[in-house]
This record gives sequence, structure tokens and C-alpha cells, in this order.
Amino acid sequence: MRKLALSDEILLRIEKPARYIGGEVNMVKKDLSAVDIRFAMCFPDVYEIGMSHLGMQILYDMFNRREDIYCERIFSPWTDLDQIMREQQIPLFALESQDPIKKFDFIGITLQYEMCYTNILQVLDLGQIPLHWEDRTEEDPIIIGGGPCAYNPEPLAEFFDMFYIGEGETVYFELMDRYKENKKNGGSRRDFLEMASEIDGIYVPAFYDVFYHEDGTIESMKPNNPHAKEKVTKQLVVSMDEAYYIEKPVVPFIKVTQDRVVLEVMRGCIRGCRFCQAGNVYRPLREHSLEYLKEYASKLLKSTGHEEISLSSLSSSDYTHLEGIVNFLIDEFKDKGVNISLPSLRIDAFSLDVMSKVQDIRKSSLTFAPEAGSQRLRDVINKGLSEEIILKGAGEAFQGGWNRVKLYFMLGLPTETIEDMEGIAELSEKVAEVYYDIPKDQRNGKVQVVASSSFFVPKPFTPFQWARMCTKEEFLERAYIVKDKFKKMLNQKSLKYNYHEADLTVLEGVLARGDRKVSSLIEEVYKNGALYDSWSEHFKNDIWMKAFETCGLDADFYTVRERDLEEVFPWDFINAGVSKEFLKREWQNAIDAKVTPNCRERCSGCGAKNFEGGVCYETEN
Amino acid sequence: MKLRIKFSKQGPVKFVGHLDIMRYFQKAMRRAGIDIKYSEGFSPHQIMSFAAPLGVGLTSNGEYMDIEVNTMEDCKTMVSQLNETMADGIQILECHMLDERAKNAMSLVAAADYTLTFREGKQPNDLKAFLNGLSDFMGQEHILITKKTKKGEREIDLKAFIYELSIHGETIFMKISAGSADNLKPELVMDAYYQWLGQTCPEFAFQIQREEVYGNTGDEEHRVLVPLGLIGESLE
Ligand code: SF4
Repeated sequence: MRKLALSDEILLRIEKPARYIGGEVNMVKKDLSAVDIRFAMCFPDVYEIGMSHLGMQILYDMFNRREDIYCERIFSPWTDLDQIMREQQIPLFALESQDPIKKFDFIGITLQYEMCYTNILQVLDLGQIPLHWEDRTEEDPIIIGGGPCAYNPEPLAEFFDMFYIGEGETVYFELMDRYKENKKNGGSRRDFLEMASEIDGIYVPAFYDVFYHEDGTIESMKPNNPHAKEKVTKQLVVSMDEAYYIEKPVVPFIKVTQDRVVLEVMRGCIRGCRFCQAGNVYRPLREHSLEYLKEYASKLLKSTGHEEISLSSLSSSDYTHLEGIVNFLIDEFKDKGVNISLPSLRIDAFSLDVMSKVQDIRKSSLTFAPEAGSQRLRDVINKGLSEEIILKGAGEAFQGGWNRVKLYFMLGLPTETIEDMEGIAELSEKVAEVYYDIPKDQRNGKVQVVASSSFFVPKPFTPFQWARMCTKEEFLERAYIVKDKFKKMLNQKSLKYNYHEADLTVLEGVLARGDRKVSSLIEEVYKNGALYDSWSEHFKNDIWMKAFETCGLDADFYTVRERDLEEVFPWDFINAGVSKEFLKREWQNAIDAKVTPNCRERCSGCGAKNFEGGVCYETEN
Repeated sequence: MKLRIKFSKQGPVKFVGHLDIMRYFQKAMRRAGIDIKYSEGFSPHQIMSFAAPLGVGLTSNGEYMDIEVNTMEDCKTMVSQLNETMADGIQILECHMLDERAKNAMSLVAAADYTLTFREGKQPNDLKAFLNGLSDFMGQEHILITKKTKKGEREIDLKAFIYELSIHGETIFMKISAGSADNLKPELVMDAYYQWLGQTCPEFAFQIQREEVYGNTGDEEHRVLVPLGLIGESLE
């Protein structure tokens, strides 16, 4: 029987002890004496969140297919266990072997959202690993970061030995081979870091110096080691069907957020929404073939026993074989008690038909993401969803029996005016009107339209990276304007409006756009007790505000400052595929409210064609 | 076809709670390709019910659940099909075909066997004396325990619900009342003993294991306790 790292007594005292015991169905077991590299894959949040992440499961599976590597999992201990581990000095362990992670060769940390940064320090700290790369010795694991937030790794630069920019499947094996080679040759940690920095996509922060202007902006960033490259180029999988995909995902005992089979139908997006980082850095769009998806859908349902399957992508409606895969899933699995969930579908005749087959109309709601309240502002952000399409889709859905609608918006977008803000309430009202235009005897009670707005953060590698972000006060003012407008609507009883927290957004802005100096801020708040910042019940804004003072940093410098087109950004050393010229062009188009067609209508020469695959070559085949 | 399945739960999976074990088995049925029956309606669920929930931290050699299947080969195949897809620590022990009119396991539960051993560091100083004292404790006419309730304190007599209490080496064995009517927890028996000794039972003192669950085929007066796996079996 496996021995656990935690005593029975501790496990019985804490919430959900099954978070920490491993041993789930499909967990990989290996003989430690037969492996050369021990890799711990970490999602710095609680188990239920981390286990819901597809990317982590893919890499876990990929690493473990190699006999010489044993990949295990780590998550953030919840606050109850965190406290006990500190009191009793219990070192953080990986779930599989239950061994302390400080014994491992690598710890790979996936960076999915900015507000998990304090949890990264928690993992290192509880793992008894020095927080700074500078303080690590030959005995310590190599700490490597990857994922969407690695497109601006600088705020974390002090804490990581290296970052991996791009999709995990491509160069990890090469990195592992170099590691083994270096170990065999008796090379040092530094030798390995030098070898690693020669691999495409690997960024070793220690090998770069940053020089600043007097005003705090960056003058330049230069390699200080001959092995390090001037520019680090994003790596990606060109041919999706040849990429690794999981065959046997680990099946958690406890209910996790994503308790289902997730079928990734494609990566990237053709749409070119100007606020969306994923849509830019995951270019070009690359699809799986229908045959591939059919095979995997069956395999994954069989190996997990999950009762639900969902499709995943940035915009599933753009998948060429959408009808094919959806019909396959319905025909094949609907009668076997498998639920089919279809997120992010454009509302049209096809999707309504499918939805009526796979879900209970009375319980489900329609979702639209217009993102902005007016057509002008939707043109600014290049969101090709017009009022006409929304109202038509809603109308068809209402005829089909739906009576609940969710609308998603952003507030604080560049060039936003009061009319744009009020447009959120007006569009919601129009949706309700479409419903009440239906004769009373043909409709299904009242309609419920719920509009939510989040606050906009300009992200690196988007055309809006030059944009000014709003202050907290400005965000809230805008939310009040929208709220007031809702109160003036005729159908206000059928409308509801929610908005997100503004404090968190400001910090997201700082962490997303920050430079190396922000590392000290993250460390300071962590030391003062900040943890699980993405959980509203744990988020303590005052700790952060105080830390800005202590560290001599100004949040406004990172968020509300106007940026010159020539400014050097902390992330400019990365080549993310989309060129700076393209982003500048798009920024100008945004200001002019000029729409850019999607990749299938016309190529805009974004630069991603250099990867030699995907949608950029579709017409040529 | 109605089936009764017996399984064990050992090792770290003892920290997986009852609701999660139910979810676990729903997925296991799919992995094993069992042709289990589903309820009607828009969101059908598997026909599956458990005899008696097992608390977090307890191990067991005698857990029962009932399922209904549309088709199956035979009980032996069922056991091996399921065992192929079990997580470490959960093992299918038996499968019995039930008579169509058989009552479900949950409604049958009348008693259960438990074994208790001290967790490391929780033993009393004089373990021998502690264990030997149990027979005097059992010999009382009434086995009283004071329980704190919302309305103050209340005395309960456990005597009628403890059917057997004995010592095997350093292990305490007890056969006690179980089920929806008079469910007695083994911890409560030990609490009563500690109270009788004038002490308090240390927290998490015992590793408790359920050994078997019984139904009563006799009546209130003359109990005939039969393991659930042997009740309602179809004769084919
Ligand atoms: S190069 Fe053209 S087709 Fe390819 S991703 Fe960029 S805009 Fe789209």
C-alpha cells in the first residue's frame, strides 16, 4: 500500500483530504530506480482547479510516455493544510510518490492567470526550495514556467530558472535530453542553463540584463551570456494530429471543476479580436482532423468513464468539421447516458438545433459575448458580432423555447464613450423586446437577460498593448453609468446587470504588464500573507496596496500610463509570432474603428505564417 | 437484473468520502463497459444504491451496493471486469444475482462488524489493562453514555445495540446495530468505555475497519444476522 506524506490525523482534520492522496484512476506509477529524471508538474491553485486543466494533463501524459522520466503532480495546498505544513515544517510533496518536491530534478509550473503568482511562492516555500533562482544550488530542482502568462514572464523573473515560451509539447524532450547529457558529463547547474538557453523557446532570465530610462521605462534588454539569444521565439505544434494527446487522463476522486472529457478541437483563432491575448499568441489556427477527434472521443470516454464530454477551443463555431463532430457525439454517445456540452458556439440555426438535442432548454441559457455595447466599439475591438446577429439568434432561440440569455461585456475598452456604456443596457433591453414581441400565448413566461461586464486589462501581444488602462475609480464610474441606464429601461424587471471586482483588475493589469521590478512586489505581498488572490474570499487588497509603498512601486506606472509607440516593453524580447508592425497596424485600425477581416476571409499578414502551417496555408492545400 | 456487489476499501482511498465513492463507481461502470440500467428522463442516471455510507477515514472489507443491469455474462465475469478498472485499494469481492423482488441493500441493513486498533501514539499507557477492562464494561446491565445535545445533556443506553464486543490480540471487535433505525457508530461505543473509565477518548484514537454488514432474517426478538450478500439471492 502506498505510504502517504501526511499522517491520518492531519488528513482527518482538513477539508477534502482526497486532494492530497493521489492514487486516482489512471495515475501513473513508476519504479523510481528505473527513471533518470523526476519532473513535478505544478498547477499553483487548489487541486479541483488544477486537475481541470487540459494542458497539464497533456504534458503529464506526454512526459510519462518516456520511460526515463517520471512526471508527478503538485497543487497548492488549501489554506487549512498550508497552515499545518508551516507549523509542522512538512515539506510539500508530489501526489504520486508522496516524496518531497525538493528532491526532484524539475518543477514545471503552469502560469494560467496572474492572480496565482503568490501561490507559486507558496509552492516553492512549502517545498523548501529557495524562492530566488540566485539562491538555488546544485541540490535544488530547476524551476521552469510555461503557459499563457509566460508571454510576459518578467514579473516572475527572479523566481524562475527558465521559462518556456509556447506550447509545451514541442521542445520539452530536447530539454530533458540536454539535462541528462549534462548530468552524465558532470556539468553544473549553470552549464545546463547555458545549454538550455540555446534551445528555441527557452528563456533564462539570469542571462539577460535590463537597462532603464530615468522615467522607469526600459531602455534595453540585452543578453549577458553568449549562449542566450537576443530574441526568444514562441514554439508551437504545427500539425495537430501528430501532437501528443492524452489517452488516459487521471480521473479525480473528488468533484473537480471540469469533471468531464475535454476534446480539444483546434488551437488558435481566426477572429482577431483586438483585446484577446490568446487569439493573438496562439496564431495561427490549427485544426484536428475529424477522424482524429472521433477516435479520441471514444478512447477518452472509455478510459475515464466520465459521463460528459465537451469540446474545447477559442471559438468552436469556426471548426471546419463542427457539424461532423457534434453529430458523431450525439449519434454515438447520447443514448449511453453521456452528456454533451458545447461551450462557445455561435447562436444560429445549427447550434440551436444541436442544443435542443443535448440540453434541457428550460434549464439552459443562451450565451452571447458582444463584449461592447455599441457597433462602433465592437468595430474598435474587432468583434464581428453585430446587433442584428444577436437579435436574430435570440429571436430564433425564443421561438425554440429558450427564455434565458446571458450577455458578456467588457468595460474600460479603449475609446469607450458614455454611449458605448449605455449601449450595454440598450442591447439587453432590445433582446428582451424581441422576446416580448412574441405573442403571449406562444412564449414561455418571462424572459431573463443577465448582462455581466468585466473590466478590461490591455494584455501583452495584443494591439491594445499600447492602450491606457482605467483606474479603479474610472472602472466603477463606468459600471455605475451602465447600472443607471439599466434602471431606465422599460423591461428592467427582466434585466439583470453584474460587474466584476475592480481591485483585482488593477492588480491583474500590474502583473500582466509588469517588468522585473514587480518581482519584489509579489514577494512582499506573499510574505505578508497574500495567497489564493484569485479567490475573492481570500483576496486582501490592502496587503497589495501597502506593498506598492514598501517596494517603492507605482501601480499607475504599469496601468494608466499612456505608452509611446516606440516604448520598449518588458516582453519585447519574445517573438510571439504576431509582429510588432502588425500589432501597431491593428492599434491604428482600432482607433479608426476599422474592422479587419478574419484569417479565412483575408490574411492580414500578422507574421504567424512563419510557423508554416495552420490556417495560413488552408487555401493552398 | 438486480445485482448485489460487495467490495473492500483499503489504504489511502479511505479518505475518499461516500458521495465521491458513488461517483467513482458510476465512472467505473462505464470504464468496465457494464450494461447498467439507466433511469428514464432528460438526465438519466445509473440504477445504483449503496447499503450504508462509510465515514471518511474508515477502511472496510464489507461494503455493498446494488445495481441493475440490462445484460451480463455471469457474476464471475462481472467481478473481473470491474476489478480491471479499480483504483488501488478498492476491490470487488463478490457479485450476487438477486431475486427480482429482493429488497434493496439499504433497507436491509441491521448490524455491522467493526474492528478497531489504536493509531500509533494513541495507545493508553497500559494497553493490556485497557483491553481487559472491556469485558467488565460489557457486563453492565446498562451501558450509559452522556451526550451533549442542543437541549442540554442526554443519557443513552447502548446496551441493546451492542451485540458482541471482544478482544483479539490488540484488536477490538464489535458487532453492533446499524441501519436507518438504530445506527450505532463504533466510536460512540469507545467513547462510552472511556467515560466509564473516567477518561476522554483521544481524538482520532482508532483506525476503524468495517468487516461485514448484515441483514436480519429473524425478527426483533430473535435476530438472525446474515451477510447482505447472502440475502435475496436468486436461485437460478
Ligand atoms: S499570417 Fe494571415 S492567415 Fe496566418 S494567422 Fe496571420 S493573419 Fe491569419
